[in-house]
Amino acid sequence: MDELRKKARALLEAGEVRVVIGYGGGTGDRARAIFVREPERADELIFDGRCRQNLAIYLTRREVKELGKPAIVATLPALKTVLQLAGEFQIAEGGLVVLAPGADGSLIEFKTFADIEKYLAGAASPIDPAEQAEMDRVRAMSPDERWKYWLGQISRCIKCYACRQACPMCYCPRCTVECNQPQWIPVPSHELGNLEWNVMRAMHLAGRCVDCGDCSRACPVGIPLYLLNRVLIGDIESNFHQRAGMKAEVDYALSTFHPDDRENFIR
Amino acid sequence: MPEFEPRIVAFVCNWCTYAGADLTGTSRIKYSPNVEVIRFPCTGRIDFMLLLKAFAEGADGIIISGCHPNDCHYTSGNFHARRRWILFRGLLDFMGIDVERVQFSWVSAAEGAKWADVVNTTVEAVRKLGPYENFRKIDRAGAV
Amino acid sequence: MEIERRLLKKEALAGLVEKINAAGRKVHAPVCEGARVEFAPIDSIAEADLGYVQTTQSAKNLLFPRVERILSFKRRGGAMETADPDLSALPETVVLGMHPCDAAAIGSLGAIFTWDTQDAFFKARLEKLTVVGLSCAAGDEYCFCASVGLGPGSTEGSDILLTRLASGDFLAEIVTAKGKALVELAPELFLPAPAGADKDSALARIEKSFTREEAGERAKARFDDDALWDGQALRCLGCGACAYVCPTCACFDIQDEGTTSRGVRLRCWDSCGFPAFTIHTSGHNPREEQGARWRQRLMHKFSYMPERQDVFGCVGCGRCSRACPVDMNIKEHLIDLLEAKS
Repeated sequence: MDELRKKARALLEAGEVRVVIGYGGGTGDRARAIFVREPERADELIFDGRCRQNLAIYLTRREVKELGKPAIVATLPALKTVLQLAGEFQIAEGGLVVLAPGADGSLIEFKTFADIEKYLAGAASPIDPAEQAEMDRVRAMSPDERWKYWLGQISRCIKCYACRQACPMCYCPRCTVECNQPQWIPVPSHELGNLEWNVMRAMHLAGRCVDCGDCSRACPVGIPLYLLNRVLIGDIESNFHQRAGMKAEVDYALSTFHPDDRENFIR
Repeated sequence: MPEFEPRIVAFVCNWCTYAGADLTGTSRIKYSPNVEVIRFPCTGRIDFMLLLKAFAEGADGIIISGCHPNDCHYTSGNFHARRRWILFRGLLDFMGIDVERVQFSWVSAAEGAKWADVVNTTVEAVRKLGPYENFRKIDRAGAV
Repeated sequence: MEIERRLLKKEALAGLVEKINAAGRKVHAPVCEGARVEFAPIDSIAEADLGYVQTTQSAKNLLFPRVERILSFKRRGGAMETADPDLSALPETVVLGMHPCDAAAIGSLGAIFTWDTQDAFFKARLEKLTVVGLSCAAGDEYCFCASVGLGPGSTEGSDILLTRLASGDFLAEIVTAKGKALVELAPELFLPAPAGADKDSALARIEKSFTREEAGERAKARFDDDALWDGQALRCLGCGACAYVCPTCACFDIQDEGTTSRGVRLRCWDSCGFPAFTIHTSGHNPREEQGARWRQRLMHKFSYMPERQDVFGCVGCGRCSRACPVDMNIKEHLIDLLEAKS
């Protein structure tokens, strides 16, 4: 943490960045995103197990972009997001400083996107055992049970769009649900509207989702959205051998194809 | 009670399957009238949401059909579509949506007989599955 | 009417729910749903969780459903026939165990829905709703009812307010005629209250950090302080979680669904926090930045509603802060507003 604060202070003092997007203390024992703009406030930065929000969400937000060049305190999923955003031409090399604090108090400053690629290639991305257990449970269900499970989940959706707003890859200024001539996805949060919204959200993130899990954590009613994302991530990996967030260049599973892609389900 | 007549919606590409279906007719091949054909420029243009829309509007089964690989009028639209269907099928299945009601096929402009066969076998398969009650029961606050 | 005090033995609550159900009314109560507590219909008191601090969502769904059909239409020949929903078919409902903040919120919601246009849907639901409130024995760091003119034992908005005494029995304060009518369903359960029944010592201690009048005046005075609003809202994601869990947020959208030959008109929740909420047809957005939208949320509750409807739009339930994915804490930001130098 000391390393992080020292670095943040130095970057701000040298004018190398205008803002450090990091974590600070929040309500009770929560951590929250803070935007440090003055060197003397660098000591407000913290980094520990509570710091889970994917701060790369703020890299594409206009209010934050207006502050000037940022440094970002990046967790593992945030590093992937940085590469994915670069691959989608939303951020450019040199346009930001990426700081990855370790649990041991160490700090890595990534000079280039290539360095992040190298780092991620050797980093493990452990999956939460409880989440994996839920995935296994749903997969083991019959199709009818799965339908009931998902209808039960999505019928609780209140269409607050916290999942979308919390997603660093949902940076479109106008979402498909806001396309209303004609209204493509029903606005009301009845079951059909919720089903179409949640399917669309998952599909629009297929091949782009870096599995940070912020959508599920943002959901006020606790819908396990990570399951939908992970089914697609798994299918993309097993069918097309691609994984989002590993390269700072276009590597989008759905904008390309292979002549030998599987077609055993097509007559 | 009258026998259940499945309602099948077919999303087909303009250049191959639609022409193939035309050939079925001009060849005087009879096939099941349960299908409603909707013509698209290319399978690459068929948004995955249209499948959900079709089910929501009362379809019991869906056919998606276009040019064989390497025959796409736009070179690669069908290859892109194929990737999309691989993923979408997996997602639908995971959500408990009945993928057996969705038939994908490649039918060229010369395959009038194949089109008739695809339609007939799909209609019979869906007839066995029965009406798609899951989607009929889904709540939409009274909107029909 | 003057508040009557009665004693409801702890075992009597089950009987009360049975009697209400037997009278054909629906009972909604806080129910544990995994990690969350939410209002849901119950058949027996065993299903309810009355020890909760706060539900994730408010009970506003009972008065202002998140999706509500307000019209049906059907083409017949050349004419379009419309039909109103049958509001008389709405069930008589009792919400049991609602905390005083939520009970008071009904007044704020009502002030909006009966301000100029008398909203038939809201009024029909309100008429059929009886509120059996439950004083708070505990709060958490998000609660701030005491700062918005309420308290853990406020009777405002409740038809009957229950307070769990040290003995485990409930002190029942019968506040309104509706409350009295509910008592009539099971008069034998409502015993005379002991003279020394001590309500105050059974209540949670909720700190008073400011007054709502101060907060409103200060917000108004600092309306043009963009740095303040933008600074507070910098981490805000612009989702609708705060508005949708709020017991007093009343914004809605109207959507027609169906075909040109038949369909429905639906009313559904909307939120001023969404970037597209105020966008004009021209493309101009008067609340272009999240700071302006955040300011709108606070101003509406603490300045516009008191000015226009003579009620405050915040009851200090703290739901918005708990539900916020990025820890936007309304109480903390109001305190900042009061402390910040102008």
